[in-house]
Amino acid sequence: MKARGPFATADTINLLQLERSLRQPRTLLNALMSGLTTVLTLAALFPLFSVLYLLALRGGKQLGLAVFTELPPAAMTVGGGFGNAIVGTLVIVSIAAAISVPFGIIAAVFLAEFGPATRTALVVRFAAKVLTGLPSILAGVFAFAAVVMISGGFSAPAGGIALALLMLPTIILTAEEAIKMVPAKMREAAIGMGTTPTQLVWRILLPTASPGILTGVMLAVARAAGETAPLLFTAVFSEFWMSRSFPEFLPKAVGDLMKPTPSLAVLIYNFSSSPFDNQIELAWAAALVLVVMVLVVNLAGQALSRRAVRL
Amino acid sequence: MVSVPSTSVDSNPALLDEDGVIESASIAQPPSAFDVAADRAFRGAALGLAWGVVLIVCLVVVKVQSVALPAIHAYGAGFISGTVWDANRAIFGILPQIFGTLYTSIIGLIIGTIFGVAIAIFLSEGFLASFIDGGLKMVGYADNPWFGSLPTRIEALLKITLELLAAIPSVVYGLWGIFVVIPLVRPWADWLNAHLGWIPLFGTSLSGPGILPASLVLAIMVLPTISAISRDALVAVPPKLREAAMGLGATRWEAILGVILPAAATGIFGSIILGFGRALGETIALAMLAGNANVISWSIFSPCSTLAALLANHFPEAGAVEVGALMYAALILLAITLLVNIVGAVILQRAEAGLRGLR
Repeated sequence: MKARGPFATADTINLLQLERSLRQPRTLLNALMSGLTTVLTLAALFPLFSVLYLLALRGGKQLGLAVFTELPPAAMTVGGGFGNAIVGTLVIVSIAAAISVPFGIIAAVFLAEFGPATRTALVVRFAAKVLTGLPSILAGVFAFAAVVMISGGFSAPAGGIALALLMLPTIILTAEEAIKMVPAKMREAAIGMGTTPTQLVWRILLPTASPGILTGVMLAVARAAGETAPLLFTAVFSEFWMSRSFPEFLPKAVGDLMKPTPSLAVLIYNFSSSPFDNQIELAWAAALVLVVMVLVVNLAGQALSRRAVRL
Repeated sequence: MVSVPSTSVDSNPALLDEDGVIESASIAQPPSAFDVAADRAFRGAALGLAWGVVLIVCLVVVKVQSVALPAIHAYGAGFISGTVWDANRAIFGILPQIFGTLYTSIIGLIIGTIFGVAIAIFLSEGFLASFIDGGLKMVGYADNPWFGSLPTRIEALLKITLELLAAIPSVVYGLWGIFVVIPLVRPWADWLNAHLGWIPLFGTSLSGPGILPASLVLAIMVLPTISAISRDALVAVPPKLREAAMGLGATRWEAILGVILPAAATGIFGSIILGFGRALGETIALAMLAGNANVISWSIFSPCSTLAALLANHFPEAGAVEVGALMYAALILLAITLLVNIVGAVILQRAEAGLRGLR
């Protein structure tokens, strides 16, 4: 208290300044900023819960067996579903995974094992990071120029190639990390047994790193399944099943793939601007199905990665 | 008989000779000619596929550029400064789209940065732990082991929630934006326009889709990127800096604002640039929420159009002439996003190098 008097000098301690009370401007600022940060963090969670709540409310209302077994309704009609769009999404994402998963994992093997410090690896890693930032619509533009304009029509493979482009960097970068995490003693034991580098990769590294690699694949699949922009002018949309003969939902020939293919994401986009209530309600139901699919795959992938870390 | 420990080897009689001694020659053998050939082939394939990634990036640029080439020759630089998009008269200009892309991205980025950095600070500076500890002490549960691990659990839960925020497809955010965000902001927008309409920012009324709803949804979409990378940057700040600041008598926020944020500033800036790259390329949510009007307006309630939304809207029904012009627009978008992403990556690399000096 002395320090407050007229005789206070620079070297006496102002005890009041050490008081931790809200009357002090600096402690008050501290408390206010802490409160503000907490409020901002909680507010940022609002959109997620609002989205999930509305999906459950508006999407759940429409959800029934018909939604999975029927075709999209025309304007002014009631009922209907989006069975063909679910199949279409699965087909397009499968094509994308069939291209990007082997490609990405083997490229990652090179980055992590065969030449981690080479100049090639530096260039490839940089290219993968550049691909990470590629806007999804430009993947569609590329697939349009490289596949649609050459093959002469919209098709499931065109959409699959666009999605594969978006999946590739995620798979490469996570698989590289997963392979690097394999304990050095396992590698050394295998090399000591006289394995060739290829045997080491297939017998030791890939099996051991498989949970981590699978996490990357699942995150990539979850992202690809929700993408709309790359499909808008590559796979486009279709109101029909994938094939003409029984069972109609199953594509049975190459011809069934080489035509416009429906997908959940494009259906939501198309129906969201529809003036008809029935189509808007179906868009909500489709969004619910899509989000459940995406979140299940995403959460399963994250659970796998937690298990992989424990190993 | 020599007694061998019971491993899987001794249960396999082929690997033991008559004395029960492991025959080393039958286990270790040099790789066969086939093994060597397979090894060469696989390593070659891996090298080839690794270069394939580089090839794909080049292919994307070259392919889009080659299809756009006729349009580049036909419209030249006037394409960038033109304000009309009319496929029937073959007049194409993308100035409104460039403006809309930058304007929505920057507003979205400002909002996303405020929230993202706040979350990063909240998650990295132990706020949760101090709140919960305080609360537990009040009710006398502070020593309970289950409650003691509560902060870590809740922090992990928060992180998963943020990752889910990034996992929701943008088309679903678009749908949510149409039916939730637009009705929610409309009364506020009308009030601001009626009372503060003389400010150019609030110059028009909100007639449904517009820059503000689009930017709000963009902010949600860049938030996970910014908060995750900023958090990494904050966690990477050496603890001794924080401890030194606290030891000098700084309050928690004096330490954060005066020491920790400046030390992590480069990393946070890098995260903002990467978020900017994401915002520039975001397509579907903007095509659904921005209104797709070919106008340039400073009012945040006015509709607008972006480069990505232009592509999404016009590509499906475009004729040959328009496809060329759209490819030109795609090339410009590609150039902008590549530039921003490379700058962001370089900044993050520098941030890491800078912190190494502090340790």
